[in-house]
Amino acid sequence: MDYKVVSAAPHAVSPVTTQSIMRDVVISLSLTAILAVIAYGLTGLCLMAVCVAACVFFEWGYCKIVKKPLTTKDYSAVVTGLILALNLPSTLPLWMAIIGCFIAIIVVKQLFGGLGQNFANPAIVGRIALMVSFATPMTTWMVDGVASATPLATYHAGLAVPANLELLLYSVGGSMGEVSGLALILGGLYLVIRKVISPVIPLVYVATVGLFSLCLGQDPLFHMLAGGVLLGAIFMATDYVTSPITTKGRVIFAIGCGLFTMVIRCYSSYPEGTSFAILLMNLLTPLIDRATMVHLNGIPKKGGANQ
Amino acid sequence: MKKHLKGIRVEHHKETKVRAIRLMPPPKKVYIPMVQHIGAPCEPQVAVGDWVKMGQVIGDSRAFISAPIHASGSGQVTNITKETTQHGQNITIIEITLDGKQEWADDLAPPVINCLEDFQRALRNSGLVGLGGAAFPTHVKYKTNELQSVDTLIVNGAECEPYITSDCREMLERGSSVLYGIDAIVKHLNLKKAYIGIEKNKPEIISYMKALTAGRSYIEVVPLREQYPQGAERVLVYETTGKHLLAGQLPASMGIIMSNVTTVIKLDWYLKTGKPLISRVLTVTGNAITKPQNVEAWIGTPLSEVVEFCGGYSKPPKKLILGGPMMGRAIPTDQFVVQKGNNALLAFDETMAGVAQETPCINCGRCVAGCPMNLMPTLLWKAFKRRDVERLNELNVLSCMECGCCSYVCPAKKQLGYINHLGKKLVMAKKQGGGK
Repeated sequence: MDYKVVSAAPHAVSPVTTQSIMRDVVISLSLTAILAVIAYGLTGLCLMAVCVAACVFFEWGYCKIVKKPLTTKDYSAVVTGLILALNLPSTLPLWMAIIGCFIAIIVVKQLFGGLGQNFANPAIVGRIALMVSFATPMTTWMVDGVASATPLATYHAGLAVPANLELLLYSVGGSMGEVSGLALILGGLYLVIRKVISPVIPLVYVATVGLFSLCLGQDPLFHMLAGGVLLGAIFMATDYVTSPITTKGRVIFAIGCGLFTMVIRCYSSYPEGTSFAILLMNLLTPLIDRATMVHLNGIPKKGGANQ
Repeated sequence: MKKHLKGIRVEHHKETKVRAIRLMPPPKKVYIPMVQHIGAPCEPQVAVGDWVKMGQVIGDSRAFISAPIHASGSGQVTNITKETTQHGQNITIIEITLDGKQEWADDLAPPVINCLEDFQRALRNSGLVGLGGAAFPTHVKYKTNELQSVDTLIVNGAECEPYITSDCREMLERGSSVLYGIDAIVKHLNLKKAYIGIEKNKPEIISYMKALTAGRSYIEVVPLREQYPQGAERVLVYETTGKHLLAGQLPASMGIIMSNVTTVIKLDWYLKTGKPLISRVLTVTGNAITKPQNVEAWIGTPLSEVVEFCGGYSKPPKKLILGGPMMGRAIPTDQFVVQKGNNALLAFDETMAGVAQETPCINCGRCVAGCPMNLMPTLLWKAFKRRDVERLNELNVLSCMECGCCSYVCPAKKQLGYINHLGKKLVMAKKQGGGK
């Protein structure tokens, strides 16, 4: 007899896959990437291409060496490479960038079990490792061939800073991804509309930063637009793997990110704290998850498991 | 603002909504399984060679949780054998070769009902089971120990599964039966309130039902959000009355009794005519069906003949589903027969037959955001991987109603709903083993 395929219900599944999610993230970052190329020229393009290629290569190579199923198809390595590149100054020597990619993909992601198992956002750890190892090239921002400081560093030093409107629309100086706040926001909107991310983390994160600076009597808009807050809030703090799973947990996570960002910015010797703040909250995510589990319908919050 | 339970958006695919119910001519032979309900199997009440008439009891059981089975055609019993049915069990099947006359049995008459016991007896004699798909004997539900405290009836017309439109057509074409059926239940059970829950993707039915029930203040038509699974028992109870049903609790413990709208229609038909359940409407659709439509088919008709009546397959079917795509059962062959609980037959080509390859969990939380019961499928999956029965129980795996929302939305294509099903079995086995 001609038997048909049988399988467990449901027989229909949503068209959304890990691959389509990652593809959406790449699409949402493309406007920022294009603006970065316009701002930093061939050097910027080259750095992005090398980071993406290196991340995919390390992922592919690791899978081959340990004989794991190949996972390059899901584009997650592309996303890591692109986000890492956007977190770097365009002038960073390529070999340093490749070391960052190695740390992101091999050390943070694959050694802990690959996609879904990493304890922290790979791109963030890659960036922090580079920051700590190569402090000078990581903070040398070349504008038109002249070394300059980022808006945050200038602010830190108490000097005049660019107008907020400039930061929002198009400003050169800083990491490549910080070229335009608006491009990042549009990318975030795309992700929200496509239901890839929930707007909770970016909104709460940015709002916390704004409130905190308001309390300190500083310009909240400047703190929200300058540096990596938008890039971090929209694209890095929303990383599924390293952020809490419930909405309540995400609110706590985002408040923590915002607080630590501002604490580092205002009270430490670093001008910028986004990466460290997100990394710290990444590490707290398992605890937040544990504390914010959803409760079965109809069970009073204090009640235990149902009998 | 009223709080709603979580759920997911699925494409409705209710194209057959406009197709009027067509009565299928009786087939040459019907094959009637002796189990078409949840509960004890029926014993054949006829022998090979006997002549039977439509509506005559051919299978019955002394067990409480069971429902009698009636001949769906007039003719001669030509075989009684055991065969595998759609649920994968080996069941006694009575084969009747029909004479084509479709004569009703002589002793069928509308039941005389003077008290609650009469009503419950009538429910049993009608052969009714939950026609929404669960197939739980209706008379058992209406004989619960908590009947005294029941004051609310919820009629389930949500039809939240994609593709299926049989309840929708029943309501549209037999609307008055919904009314009279509700009236009968309300009267005999002495209820105060009746809700009819209908999903908003059927606005024409909602307005029709509202118009029909206009003169009856105790009936309220509740439009439900366009969100799967509005028709699930616990979801519907919450959406209409705002009450939460805990795991293992039946609606009756909250003073509620719930029936599918088609069950109510068939109940009215029985009360009026005394003719038991021997046919039912199936939505026959899917991209491999030539003429998708709603068919009233005789119980025991081979599914292949039902498909034939709908113009046959338009292309080779690779997947057949009894019920909807979310909770329905995939069957290996169309040689099975129409049973009381079947509300749809879907046939798809290879585009719906694949099982997507699993990829690692990325902790996206879509399953948590989609679970109507507020479970955490991703944690259940991790606990199941370790076979951690205690943790599965702690995470309330037994409360999973297997609606399939988590599996549907999972971008890693994990079969989370099925894992919960297996997890429930683990916990249940442990409880039974450890309890004694």
